[in-house]
Amino acid sequence: MEKIDIITGTTAAAMAAKLSNVEVIAAYPITPQSHCVEALAKYVADGELDAEFVKVESEHSAMATCIGASATGVRTFTATASQGLALMHEMLYIASGMRLPIVMLNTNRALSAPINIWCDQQDSIAERDSGWIQIYAEDNQETLDSVVQAFKIAEDEEVLLPVMVNIDGFILTHTVEPVAIPDEEKVREYLGIYEPKHAYLDPDRPITQGPVGVPECYMETRKDLNDAIEGSREVIKRVNEEYYKLFNRKYGNGLVEGYNLEDADTVLVAMGSVCGTIKYVINELKEKGKNVGLLRIRTYRPFPKEDVVEMLKDANNVAVLDKNISLGFNMGALGIDVSSVLKNKKVCNYIVGLGGRDITPQDIEEIISHVEGAKDGETKWINLKE
Amino acid sequence: MMDKKQFPREEYFAPGHRGCAGCGASIVARMALKTTGRDTIVVNSTSCLEVFTTPYPESAWRVPWIHTAFECGGAVASGIERAIKALKKRGKYKDRKLVVMPIIGDGGTADIGFQALSGALERGHDIVYIMYDNEAYMNTGVQRSSSTPLFASATTAPAGKVSKGEDNPKKDMAMIAAAHGIPYVATACISYPEDFMRKVKKASDIEGPTFIHVLQPCTIGWGYSTENTIKIGRLAVETGLFPLYEIENGEFKITYKPAKRKPLKEYIRMQKRYRHLTDEDIEILQKHIDEKCRLLGLE
Repeated sequence: MEKIDIITGTTAAAMAAKLSNVEVIAAYPITPQSHCVEALAKYVADGELDAEFVKVESEHSAMATCIGASATGVRTFTATASQGLALMHEMLYIASGMRLPIVMLNTNRALSAPINIWCDQQDSIAERDSGWIQIYAEDNQETLDSVVQAFKIAEDEEVLLPVMVNIDGFILTHTVEPVAIPDEEKVREYLGIYEPKHAYLDPDRPITQGPVGVPECYMETRKDLNDAIEGSREVIKRVNEEYYKLFNRKYGNGLVEGYNLEDADTVLVAMGSVCGTIKYVINELKEKGKNVGLLRIRTYRPFPKEDVVEMLKDANNVAVLDKNISLGFNMGALGIDVSSVLKNKKVCNYIVGLGGRDITPQDIEEIISHVEGAKDGETKWINLKE
Repeated sequence: MMDKKQFPREEYFAPGHRGCAGCGASIVARMALKTTGRDTIVVNSTSCLEVFTTPYPESAWRVPWIHTAFECGGAVASGIERAIKALKKRGKYKDRKLVVMPIIGDGGTADIGFQALSGALERGHDIVYIMYDNEAYMNTGVQRSSSTPLFASATTAPAGKVSKGEDNPKKDMAMIAAAHGIPYVATACISYPEDFMRKVKKASDIEGPTFIHVLQPCTIGWGYSTENTIKIGRLAVETGLFPLYEIENGEFKITYKPAKRKPLKEYIRMQKRYRHLTDEDIEILQKHIDEKCRLLGLE
């Protein structure tokens, strides 16, 4: 039986890792993630979770420890944010290159300098090309569900890639919401025990993992990796449906979620918790007789190219919100991506909420009215002080 | 000491790899694996050993082996060790002792991997960490590491008109490892295989973190002809430059005492990395060694 708990996003992620029966956790504290690994440490201390909890000395070592454990054939989990994710950078590429199904919670936080512990998505965007599947949750319920789904996706023999579940720092990590906790037995039955069929460290079947990729083979390994993440779209969609059948919750088609798109001339495109605010504004405007839509990108990598084209085909004004900035391009990453897949359509980019700047319903309304009068390709920074 | 006649015949480090003629690092790997056998998982950091043994699709390793990056050998080994614990809970590897053995160079241990090593030792993981020390970054072209000895010339600490090469003494990794309070620390040298293998065996039988600092001369980096690897290693020990000892549960013991220490000059003059040194310079080094030997009871 599901029960409802009132919990934060970090607790939801920790609960999901527990439900998923993780076997090795490598943990290093960083705001706003720390509550997640604290919760996991407590589960282990109380005997509620029979996992090895490795108290590593840095995020670099957290990812290295997960790599070592995953390469030995067990389910692994870690959590990080911001500077911690940046410190892991090198190891992220190795985790995906070695095709290890590690799952990680990243609590989105701005990057230094200046040091800032509050939310934006620059940290995970900076790891866009690392070969990790990136999911952005909108609320705490989706956080829990996404972490469970992440293991199913990562461990799929057709995928075998690490998955990063991203939640907005403080906005989700430190806010309590009612979250339905699925039955532990049911989750464990769904995921099963992780038993890799491919390469892993086993004296009974000695295999060399992580050899030198000479020029004669390196490019093919990159192509294989690209094929795997491209192919993961179908698995993500399938897992979304399976999960719906078992637990009665789904998130769009797993890759994207449309909201009020029908007959919407103006559509906002965004990721993460801001989508909740956008939905609120859409509902308000609808009551006033104005139709605005939202296309929420749930899976940023692999990027849902076809869905974006199809679901925005009738929109004339596309406003893409970015909680990150590609310095020297004056656009955010999502804005660049959406612009590159939409041909002959007005796409404007809005830089919002950097370093924890609030994004209010008034800001959303400002974006809507701006995009309707703007020319294609405009970038506007929202709620910026003079 | 282990009797040479009793050396296991099995080879888990295959010949035919791309190591240089006279390579000391390959001797470290071969001897260590002869000792611990098939139930060993080897962790390499980025290094000569990693590069010359695994150009895909070739591999010299007959045991499970992993390489990820440069600075994280201790952390990767930590993950493997805990994963084995987790697998044992599932009933796998029942009644078997698997040896998790990072074999990592001096740069990967004393410099860039220092933090991950310290973390692994402090957390008490059951690993046998072997630091193979050739006293510089040989893989990338003989740049100095913190394990490069005083007055040795390296490409980033070259001897020159106003320089005698490396201007800092060698970092003492065995003592630093011992300061973590781990159950077993030893120094070893490939020129003394019985001593080295006995120490690897002892380390692998101990529960908890163990650390073996093994010196291995390098023909390219040290500058000597390939047939002299073992001879130079022997001189390093016989001069008292690299004493062989072990620290078991805090108790220090010299494991090999030269009958009469040879003059350091004999060792120095065989290597091009020291060819810029005058007799007066060598005398300074000799004094350093005499002092160290006095402290360790090796006079």
